[in-house]
Amino acid sequence: MLKIENLQVSYGGIQALRGISLEVPDGKIVTLIGANGAGKSTTLRTITGLVKASSGSIQWNGEELLGKSIDKIIGAGIALSPEGRRVFADMSVLENLRIGAYLRKDKEGIEEDIRWVYSLFPRLEERSWQLAGTLSGGEQQMLAVGRALMSRPKLMMLDEPSLGLAPLVVQDIFSIIGEINKQGVTVLLIEQNANMALKIADLAYVLETGNITMSGTGAELLADERVREAYLGKNG
Amino acid sequence: MQYAISILLSGVSLGGQYALIAIGYTMVYGILRLINFAHGDVFMVAGLMMVYLTASLPLAAAIPLVLVLTVLLGFVIERAAYKPLREAPRMSVMISAIGVSYLLQNLATYITGGLPQMYPEIPGISKTITIAGAPTKVVTVVTPVLVLVLVLALTQLIHHTKVGMAMRAVAKDFETAQLMGIRINAVISVTFVVGSFLAGVGSVLYFTNYQSIVPLSGSLPGLRAFVAAVFGGIGSIPGAVVGAFIIGLSESIIKGSNWSIFSDAFTFALLIIILVVKPTGLFGEKVTDKV
Repeated sequence: MLKIENLQVSYGGIQALRGISLEVPDGKIVTLIGANGAGKSTTLRTITGLVKASSGSIQWNGEELLGKSIDKIIGAGIALSPEGRRVFADMSVLENLRIGAYLRKDKEGIEEDIRWVYSLFPRLEERSWQLAGTLSGGEQQMLAVGRALMSRPKLMMLDEPSLGLAPLVVQDIFSIIGEINKQGVTVLLIEQNANMALKIADLAYVLETGNITMSGTGAELLADERVREAYLGKNG
Repeated sequence: MQYAISILLSGVSLGGQYALIAIGYTMVYGILRLINFAHGDVFMVAGLMMVYLTASLPLAAAIPLVLVLTVLLGFVIERAAYKPLREAPRMSVMISAIGVSYLLQNLATYITGGLPQMYPEIPGISKTITIAGAPTKVVTVVTPVLVLVLVLALTQLIHHTKVGMAMRAVAKDFETAQLMGIRINAVISVTFVVGSFLAGVGSVLYFTNYQSIVPLSGSLPGLRAFVAAVFGGIGSIPGAVVGAFIIGLSESIIKGSNWSIFSDAFTFALLIIILVVKPTGLFGEKVTDKV
């Protein structure tokens, strides 16, 4: 279980997170919704260690993550599929997957997981030797997810996986997220597409300018008037 | 004819020596977007270490030791002068590099007292032989072969090993590479180690052709190798190698003509022309600055 308590982050004099607390229980899909600049990405980046926190705590199965190096955090079973996909454009699809398994030493397990990722995303297998930069946006997103899965994470974090993708592709990605979760991977998802995210989520948090202002099950928030007004574009 | 052959031979050999230095510039640039101004001076220090070590050690021990110490020097420079500035603006790191360059030159002046040091004869490669009627040193023939072997080994390292994959990832995207669990500082160190090793080898081959070595001996070859790296497209290893051979050959041809005084001017004129026609260099890709 991931447990964040009173996490504060500031950069360049701006306080991006003003003491947030949240929990990601094992085996669940948890989503964090909120507007641009609310601090969603900062939260994920702080969990991975890319961004340094100024105070608070992030506990992963009882172990404090703050102050640990990024490779230790990734090695502890946390993976992030970053915003904007960030695939390695001049590496092949296969190489991108292999680099996702960078910290692993079990050669056979890696080969097995490549086959697993290819079974989740058959499109990637067809394009195994193609350079990642030549893939479509949706395929790149699949690759980013697949690459993150290659570290065999216990907690998979996804930053805006639907950004800039066609609705049909978004549905594909979300159904895969559900599938990954069914196979036992805990998911922490941040999304601007609140509707999709809340539908799939067991637990949800609303983040506004660095504070968590609401939380509940996905269904509860989906039915909440304020959420509907602010994030689902439905008035009343 | 003989004359042409000897010019060609020395051009290829010079090109190979520049290539070994140029790879260090281009690799560091590829990963850190840093022009490592101290690189030419590392090359010079390798030469001086050779002078001092051969005074008390047999060659067979001195050469490997020089290479090890050169690698160590490159590693320490990166850790001491560049790593602390990882988050600083690029200009600061560049100035730090210029500082290291002068530090090495001044240290060399202090140790040698500014006097030229006799570079040792290396029996295997200093010997004169005759190729197609043109007298030349063995090193002239050894250099391109050795360069070829080293470049092939380097390509193998970069494209077919885990550390090579990490280097390519770090060169493209620091953050995402870190998300894969890659420790970028380790990868950057490897880059400096490889670059310094090649400069060390280059130094042995290069200085064998000269009688002596002074604290400024690294700056001109370093500059020419840098030009070669830019010429080929900085960041690209094949570019640096091809660029170095072109620069080496053209330098050798000019030096063989009546215009030898202008050889450096010519080298830079060539660079300017290439950059006007193709701003990214021969093999360079368009680099968008990292956000």
